[in-house]
Amino acid sequence: MTSRIPSTRNGSSVSQVKHEQNNKKIKFIRDPGIKYLKDIEINGSFIVIEGPDASGRSTQIQKITQKLEADGHAVVNTGLKRSDLISKGIIEAKRNYVGRRTMALYYAADFADQLENRIIPALKAGFVVISDRYIYTLIARSSVRGINKNWLHQLHSFAIKPDLIFYLDVDPHNLIHRVFKKNKTLDYYESGADLGISDDIFDSFIKYQYLLKREFNTMQKKYGLLNVNGDNNIDDIYDEIQSKISNFLNITKKTETII
Amino acid sequence: MIFLQVLKKKNANSVNSNEFGILIVVEGIDGSGKSTQIHLVDRWLRSKGYDVFFTEWNSSETVREITSKGKKKARLTPTTFSLLHSTDFADRYEKNIYPLLRAGYIVLADRYIYTALARDTVRGCDKSWVRNMYSYARKPDLTFYFRVPIETAVSRIISGRPKLKHYEAGMDLGLSKDEYESYRIFQGRIVDEYESMVNDENFIVIDGTLDIEKQQNMVRRNILKVLKSNDRNQDALR
Repeated sequence: MTSRIPSTRNGSSVSQVKHEQNNKKIKFIRDPGIKYLKDIEINGSFIVIEGPDASGRSTQIQKITQKLEADGHAVVNTGLKRSDLISKGIIEAKRNYVGRRTMALYYAADFADQLENRIIPALKAGFVVISDRYIYTLIARSSVRGINKNWLHQLHSFAIKPDLIFYLDVDPHNLIHRVFKKNKTLDYYESGADLGISDDIFDSFIKYQYLLKREFNTMQKKYGLLNVNGDNNIDDIYDEIQSKISNFLNITKKTETII
Repeated sequence: MIFLQVLKKKNANSVNSNEFGILIVVEGIDGSGKSTQIHLVDRWLRSKGYDVFFTEWNSSETVREITSKGKKKARLTPTTFSLLHSTDFADRYEKNIYPLLRAGYIVLADRYIYTALARDTVRGCDKSWVRNMYSYARKPDLTFYFRVPIETAVSRIISGRPKLKHYEAGMDLGLSKDEYESYRIFQGRIVDEYESMVNDENFIVIDGTLDIEKQQNMVRRNILKVLKSNDRNQDALR
């Protein structure tokens, strides 16, 4: 709708609660987060879709984006390994068999670049930002590869807290069929082949996906991930996600109309 | 004479502990003379027949290119700056520092985690966050900190250099519009950070204004002590 008028922020007719809802201070996963950004105000909303490869994330994001835009919300899409500066380095590093800790840090750098140069500016400007995967994937992947969990959680603690986090939970046996429908081949890293858990890539994929699933389950409470049954059909999943997003945005919208 | 004693004891068969090898680090601001000193140490130890590996800050092949591109475009924030340098460090650590120490090498590092702790903190990153990033790194056996008055270090760097680089001068901090002024303030703050670590991190402080030879003697004397005690430990393991 209309942009907020600064002078109404402190208007006496606006109650304290509404005031706070409208001018959200930036919130990090853990304090102090990025110290030099602590005074930034966020006007937009931040939605994250998590889930393994072929879990239907991009389909859902496409549908959600269409709906939001039709409803008049400006949307910015983002995701992992998308920093034009750093993502090339990651691809190069993978080719050179860089170590696991190095990889974790590289991904974190790529993410930080996206966060500061894309996500935060968009949120400041009032966009709805939809992120295709987030730090939870980064933590899960590295954790499964033996990197210390506390180290990982603290490393990613500079990330900002999303308003809604959906996790598309798909049974690995179901997932593998979707992967084959999509690609006809299993990706080396997405199958956890680098872990050496099985010489059989099919077994490796299943085992690896179960390990990731377990990591996500342990993170669910800690970070407030909303579990979505990814084994359902596309429309059911969409309805579930969309209604939660609508509810959330309605709360924010109401206060906007009062102003 | 002490050298010879130390030399005899090298035995590859006793590689069975994480604490094998010796890690020697030099720290200090630009122009403190630390690189000159570690170079002389490198030459000395090699001439004595030791297996030595030298590693430098920000020198990982895979990462450096990205970092320098980001620097050229002045595109890095304190957080990405910090993360890229820690990626660079991790790459060198996983590829070289750690395995070489395991193999019993003497690893010489021109700058180590303390550089990140000092610089990133000055840039506004949270100290405990930076500390966590490097928490896996082994503590050095020796850390030499080269202490020099800022004016001395700054004039060593500035003379013969028409222009300072953006991040080198700390221009991203907005300390001053003037590059040289910014550089001075920036370096001053880094010194404060270093000084705050001297006791907790067991820095061996070397007066960087002394003659190069005199500094080198002090450095070598400290290294000999460590080599000797390392030898004793190895004997005990055998």
